[in-house]
Formats: sequence, structure tokens, C-alpha cells
Amino acid sequence: MRLLTHNMLSSNIKGVTNGFPLKIQVEKVVEKQVEINHDFLRNIFPKIDWKAFSDASRIMGYDEMPEEPPEPSVLESNVEFLGKFHHALLELHLEEGALLCPETGRKFPVNKGIPNMLLLEDEV
Amino acid sequence: MELLALPDDGVPRLLLDIGCGSGLSGETITENGHQWIGLDISESMLNVALQNEVEGDLLLGDMGQGLGLRPGVIDGAISISAVQWLCNADKSSHEPRLRLKAFFGSLYRCLARGARAVLQVYPENIAQRELILSYAMRSGFAGGVVVDYPHSTKKRKEYLVLTCGPPSVSSAVPSGKGEDGESCSDDESSGDEENQTVCISDRHRPRKKQKVNKKGKGREWVLRKKDQMRRKGNVVPPDTKYTARKRKARF
Repeated sequence: MRLLTHNMLSSNIKGVTNGFPLKIQVEKVVEKQVEINHDFLRNIFPKIDWKAFSDASRIMGYDEMPEEPPEPSVLESNVEFLGKFHHALLELHLEEGALLCPETGRKFPVNKGIPNMLLLEDEV
Repeated sequence: MELLALPDDGVPRLLLDIGCGSGLSGETITENGHQWIGLDISESMLNVALQNEVEGDLLLGDMGQGLGLRPGVIDGAISISAVQWLCNADKSSHEPRLRLKAFFGSLYRCLARGARAVLQVYPENIAQRELILSYAMRSGFAGGVVVDYPHSTKKRKEYLVLTCGPPSVSSAVPSGKGEDGESCSDDESSGDEENQTVCISDRHRPRKKQKVNKKGKGREWVLRKKDQMRRKGNVVPPDTKYTARKRKARF
């Protein structure tokens, strides 16, 4: 699971009002090379919840992302930053671990890179 | 894919594949250069997708429980023959209506404004299709059904094309392949349903009424029939003045 997906995911349990962001428990992180596309990064940037993203990238062991969201102008010019952003967003994969619901502490296990978001009957 | 009508500026978008299975449909998305997130309920299918080394991210989840995604982040959604499964109750606790409601409600929330969802469905019957459509409309989607090859049973494909947000000129539903305009105007959902009922009435329409009045079929009719039988080579009594004569009223 990439951080892109993590940034979109939220807990879906009944009665949970703010199921975002899910906390990450890391057991194993892998890196996979992906071709960089600047247009996509600029397009996806406004949709990213930056705080959740930078926190998540730190938990995954990547410290290059600043805590404060950068100015959109940085994305236009700074190719070096775009590269780092790309690496954190698309190339870091959470292979094994778990996601924790911030409100209830419910654990969603992540196996082989696939988070198991299935809910039990009483949580629907 | 073309039904999604993504802006053609070469910028990759983030798409959602609902019921991605082994990731076959996702590969098409990758070929078009977009990023995608796949959701499926079957772990074994996702494992197949892993073996195929698909580019997108995979989630194990049940769409009938709602999609756990943040609002407004997805640029488009596709689903290939998955939504009709929501109509089945696999467990006693499953209530198809609630599951449909949860699915379309959460789908509407997570799509960006103006984004499209294209769901290919194979409904078992008209009632099922209407159920799916009505819940889609109730969640706030605008759109309708596009049918490819409406006259072929084998190649026939139905797409539910839903647009998030207020309907605009650009959200007019495109027409399906192999569909000639006058014979089947399945473009709008309402028109489509009307057409469908017409089709049914066609199938069960009453047989051609025989011309029977109170007097019976008449001498002319009998003579014609006897002629027909003669041409077939049957033995037919000769035409006489008694042929098709009315019987005397008894009592």
C-alpha cells in the first residue's frame, strides 16, 4: 500500500465521525521504482492532507517531507522536491503492518501490501 | 474507459476500480497512464492481482459496507460487473437495499465534483436494474444507462454512467456502440425504462384477434379455408349450396 492510498483511506466503522488519518504500524516497508510524472504530482497535491502525509512518511522512515505544506509554487519549479514527494507518495510501500482507527483503535491488518478493510457485522 | 470522459490533457488522474478482481481492468487504466486504487472483497482474487504485478494499490474491502475513503479525492470510478452482487444477500444479515445505499452514498462522497463513475452491470432482471438505478439517483447522482449492442444477447453490455454533482450540458450521456438511433433510444434512464417496458409488452402482446362476429366466420371464410386445404392436397368435400349454411335454431 502506498502513502497515496493511505492518504485517501479513512475508517468506515459505524459511529466513527473522524476516521482519518489511520495510524500506521510498520513491520516492513519496501520500495518500488515508479516512473515520475510531474503533472500527476501537481494535480494530486491539493487533494493530499499534508499533515497526515508528512506524519505517515516519517513513520515509514522517510524524513525528507517538511511538516508544513509547501507553497504550490515550489511544485512548479523545484524538481528536487518533486522527486522526493514522488518517492514518498508512490514508491514507499507498506508491505506488512497494520492500520489503526484513530477513534476506536480498531486494527486493520496489512498483508502483502493489501490492507484488510473488511468490517465485522456489528461495525457496519 | 472512454465513457469516463476524463479531460484530455495528458495529466494522470486517480481512479477507483470497484471490484477489481485480478486487476484486468486496472491494467487498462495503467495503459492509459492513470493511477488507480482497486477494491475487492475476495482475497484470493487480490492475490492473483499481486502475482500479475499490477501497478495500482489494492484494498480488501466490501463495497456494501461503504467505501472508506476521504471525501472528494477520486477523479473517477469504474466497476466491471460487480454492482449487481450487491443485490444478492449472501449472509442472513445482508440487506441489499441498505448495502446499495451504503455503496452509492459513499461513492458519491468520495468522488470529486463533476467526476464520473462508470459501472458495468449485468442485472438479472428489470426489477434489479431499477433498484440499482433508483438508489444511485437517490444518492444524488445524475446519469443513466448506456447500452452497447442493445439487440444482441451475447455482446450486450450495460453501463451505468453516473455523474457527481449537478447535471450540466457536458454530462449528457454518450451513446452506446452498435446502437442505431431510432430503433433504440436508450440514452436517458427514464427513456430507457420506458423502452424496456415497451419491449416486455411486445413479448407478451395478445395474439392477433381473429375476425369473429356474432354471425360466426361466414361462408367466405369457410370457402377460403377449403380452398387452402385443397391446394395442400387434402380431401375436401365439394362446395355446395349447403356449405357453411347456418344451422336451424333449436328450441
